Amino acid sequence: MSLQVHKPGIFSLLQDGGRTGQHSMGITTGGPLDRTAFRWANLLCENSEGSACIEVTVGGLVLQSTIKTTLALTGADIPLRINKQSVALWRSHSINPGDTIELGFARSGSRAYLAVGGGFQADPVFNSIATVTREGLGGLHGDGSPLKTGDRLPCNPIEDASLWQLPENLRADYSENSARLRVVLGYQQEAFSETQKQLFFNSEYSVSKYSDRMGYRLEGAEIIPSLNGILSEGICLGAIQFPADGQPIILLNDRQTIGGYPKIGSLLSLDIGRLAQLSAGAKLCFDAISIDQAKSLLLEHENQFSTEFRKPIKTSN
Amino acid sequence: MSNSQTVSIAGENALIIYFANKPSAATSAEIATTAKKLTTFLGATLIDLVPSYASLLVIFDPFKTDHQSVRRAIWTALKTTNKTPATQHTDSGSLVSLPVYYSSESGPDLQTVADRAELSAEEVIAIHQQTEYHVYAIGFAPGFAYLGEVDKRIATPRLATPRKQVPRGAVAIADRQTAVYPAQSPGGWNLIGLCPQLMFDPTSTPTMPVKVGDRVSFKAIDKGTFEAMGGAL
Repeated sequence: MSLQVHKPGIFSLLQDGGRTGQHSMGITTGGPLDRTAFRWANLLCENSEGSACIEVTVGGLVLQSTIKTTLALTGADIPLRINKQSVALWRSHSINPGDTIELGFARSGSRAYLAVGGGFQADPVFNSIATVTREGLGGLHGDGSPLKTGDRLPCNPIEDASLWQLPENLRADYSENSARLRVVLGYQQEAFSETQKQLFFNSEYSVSKYSDRMGYRLEGAEIIPSLNGILSEGICLGAIQFPADGQPIILLNDRQTIGGYPKIGSLLSLDIGRLAQLSAGAKLCFDAISIDQAKSLLLEHENQFSTEFRKPIKTSN
Repeated sequence: MSNSQTVSIAGENALIIYFANKPSAATSAEIATTAKKLTTFLGATLIDLVPSYASLLVIFDPFKTDHQSVRRAIWTALKTTNKTPATQHTDSGSLVSLPVYYSSESGPDLQTVADRAELSAEEVIAIHQQTEYHVYAIGFAPGFAYLGEVDKRIATPRLATPRKQVPRGAVAIADRQTAVYPAQSPGGWNLIGLCPQLMFDPTSTPTMPVKVGDRVSFKAIDKGTFEAMGGAL
């Protein structure tokens, strides 16, 4: 009763909604970098929110099923083949015992989410399956290891499931390797002069190759706040910190829970997925928004999951 | 007790409370008390709390509450905390004693720390045990507790080149901070001994023997006791 890993690909991790409530022990959240694509993968398989999926970075994953189930791949544009036949992303497919599921390599975007009916089953560590390699927590074996050849990913058989697809207008398009991202000002923002803020919000940054699930490092105009260090303090998702070299680092799901660099604020959570889909060299610009604007944007975004998905397109398959 | 706290936005669903400009035992206790109150006040709208040296990050569910309501809860918590005399804050933290096998074989930097301080290794060991440390923050890795403050005489800067592997249980000094490495990891602190007690064990309850706001003292044990307690060199 499993999907067997024939090839793990570049970097494939089991991720559920993330590990929360454990920061006071220094344990970070983990979870999907592109939460929107992750949610759609689960919804297309009729799973409950936060069911465990595989986050596939760049591609190369090959699985074989021992059961009847459904499967959906969302996010980065990675060619998907079932039994050597090319099939579409952003929809669910029927899978039968013996079927081979092969992922190619991303044509655009960096992270794809593979869901199966009922979600992948693994023993949670601190209430979560989310894999955090740096901490050695979560995943199939509970030790933070990425998927490897020979792993058997437990899941339950699904009979007679309906198949769904996502309307085109709701699918994310990652074909442009550039983005405008929104920032809620906060933390030590007062330590950044008006000139420094203007420079940050009017400059173009590029994504450094030294970017991972812990943080995205950017290269561009140097921003120097009036403080060169602070007492280490809690870091929230998307916080934008400036080490002494003035080059921003955006802290993501696997971030350290505390740190001592000055921060100008935090990226809007809705834009973290967009950032994580970019690859090295991508161009970025930032816009400041207020915390109240952020809240409206969150509510508006949430609407697409509740209303439009209630009218899914039933496929003929 | 100071009334100089400020509350700032950290992100779309996070506020951060700044208690003071520098860490102190009183501030740590105040943070621990505030964290406890907010856990009750915010209930299911609270996602996580990150206590640190002189601040508390409050992460909330933006679909269940908003920053204005969380701010009000924070000020209510702070007002009642401020009314409590500093001496009574210590009820939120306990005193934890940790055994340490201090020696050059278990602490390869013990002699370096002693030489730098112009003291003997025995004196360094004695001074390290004399202080009751405060747990100022937990971070860097799961279970890594930053303890302060180390006696000035044995304060030692980090290694110029961090080690690729520091063993689990290593008792270490960096400037005026000390810590016990909860797991094998890279690290640049000066190693002076080994603690046989696990600082982070996902399979036990509680997972950690200490939390922010607690106090820690170290007690020297000999090699035999260290090994009897499950320690290994």
